[in-house]
Amino acid sequence: MPKVRLATVWFSGCSGCHMSFLDLDERLIELATKAELVYSPIVDIKEYPDDVDVLLVEGAVGNSEHLHLLQEMRAKTKILVAFGDCAVTGNVPSLRNPIPREEVLRAVYGEGEVPGLEEGAVPKLLPQALPLHAVVRVDRFVPGCPPSADRIWTFLQGLLAGRRPELVGADLRFG
Amino acid sequence: MISLRIDDTPVQAEPGETILQAARRAGIRIPTLCFLESLSPRGACRICLVEIRNWNGRLVPACATPAQEGLDVVAHSDRLTALRRTILELLFAERNHICAFCVSSGHCELQDLATELGMDHVTFPYRFPALSVDLSHPKFGLDPNRCVLCGRCVRACAEVEGAFTWGFSGRGVGTLVEPDLGGPWAKSPTCTGCGKCVQACPVGALFEKGKATSEQVKRPEILAEVTERRPRA
Repeated sequence: MPKVRLATVWFSGCSGCHMSFLDLDERLIELATKAELVYSPIVDIKEYPDDVDVLLVEGAVGNSEHLHLLQEMRAKTKILVAFGDCAVTGNVPSLRNPIPREEVLRAVYGEGEVPGLEEGAVPKLLPQALPLHAVVRVDRFVPGCPPSADRIWTFLQGLLAGRRPELVGADLRFG
Repeated sequence: MISLRIDDTPVQAEPGETILQAARRAGIRIPTLCFLESLSPRGACRICLVEIRNWNGRLVPACATPAQEGLDVVAHSDRLTALRRTILELLFAERNHICAFCVSSGHCELQDLATELGMDHVTFPYRFPALSVDLSHPKFGLDPNRCVLCGRCVRACAEVEGAFTWGFSGRGVGTLVEPDLGGPWAKSPTCTGCGKCVQACPVGALFEKGKATSEQVKRPEILAEVTERRPRA
C-alpha cells in the first residue's frame, strides 16, 4: 500500500499543537511506516507539493499570507484537518478580534511605522483572526489547546483506518 | 400519579412535576443549562427541548413543561441532537467563549455540553463582541464575554438570597446581566456578597477572584441544600 502523503503547517498559533504531535514519541515510528511527511515546519521543504492526502493545519488565519497559503493548500489537499483550538475556533489569536486592527498593531509597535498595516515585507494583518472553516472547506476538526498526543493518535489511527467519526466523547473537548 | 412515556419508557410523575423531573427520577438524562434545582424554571436556553409525539411533534422545554397524563415524550433523537447542537453553537458564536483562556475551563457546563453533544466546531460566524469585565467587587468578578444569559444568577439572587441585585439590561444579543441599575458591582447597595450567584453560574461569567482555573470548581447544588434546610411555610 502506498504511504499516505501527510503535511502539517502552522499559522497564527503557538506551535503547541506541533509539540503535542511530537509527543507521539515512539508512535511516530509507527506513523512513519504508514505516512510520509511531505511538507511541514519541521522538515526542510519550501514548496507545498501537489497531491497531499492529509494536511494538519495548526493556528487561526491571521494575515494575508495565511489566507493565500491556506487557499493554495486547500486546492492541493484531499483531507484538510483543523488541528487544535486556534484552527477550529480562533482561540487565543482571536482575543484581538473585538479590537480594531490598527489599535492592536499600535499597541504592539508603538508610534512611527507599523508593519502589517498594509501589504509589505510583513504580510498584512487581517481585521480578525478566523477559524479555518470561515475561509475554506474543512474536512475534520480536532479540538484541544493543544490536543493531547493520545487524542492526536486516536484521530490519526481512525483517519488512516477510514473510521468516522475519528473522535468521539471526551476527545471532543475544547480548551 | 400521572403516567406518561419518555423515550418509550413508562414513567410516573407527581402532579405538578415537570417532564424533566419525571425523566430524572426515571434515570433518563436530558441535557440542561439554564435549569438549576431549587430555582424556578425559566426555559431560557432551550437545550432541554423534547418532542411530544402526540402533540404533532411539538417541541417544548422539558424543564418548564408539566408532566401530563398520556404524554408520549421523545427525549433523544437525531432531530433533537441536531437542534440542541444548533442552540449550543449559537451560544458559542454569540460571545467570546474561548475555553483555553477561561477561568472555568474544566468545570464548565457549556464546555461539557459541547462534549456531550459532539460539537466539534461552530458553524455560525463568531460575533466577537467587545464587552468589558467588572472586577470591582473584592471577592468576585463578572465577565459578560462568558455569559450565556441563563439567568441562574438572577434567580439565585432573587429567589434564594432575596437580594434582587442581578437583572437583565438591553435586548436580544445585546442583553447583559447587571447589578442593580448598572455596575460597578462593588457599588451595589443591594449585594450582600454571599456568592450564591457565583456558585449558580454554569460558566465562567461569574467567578471567584484569587482562584486558579483548576480551583474554580463551582457548587451549584448548594442552592438546593440551602433551600431544603429552610423551614417551609
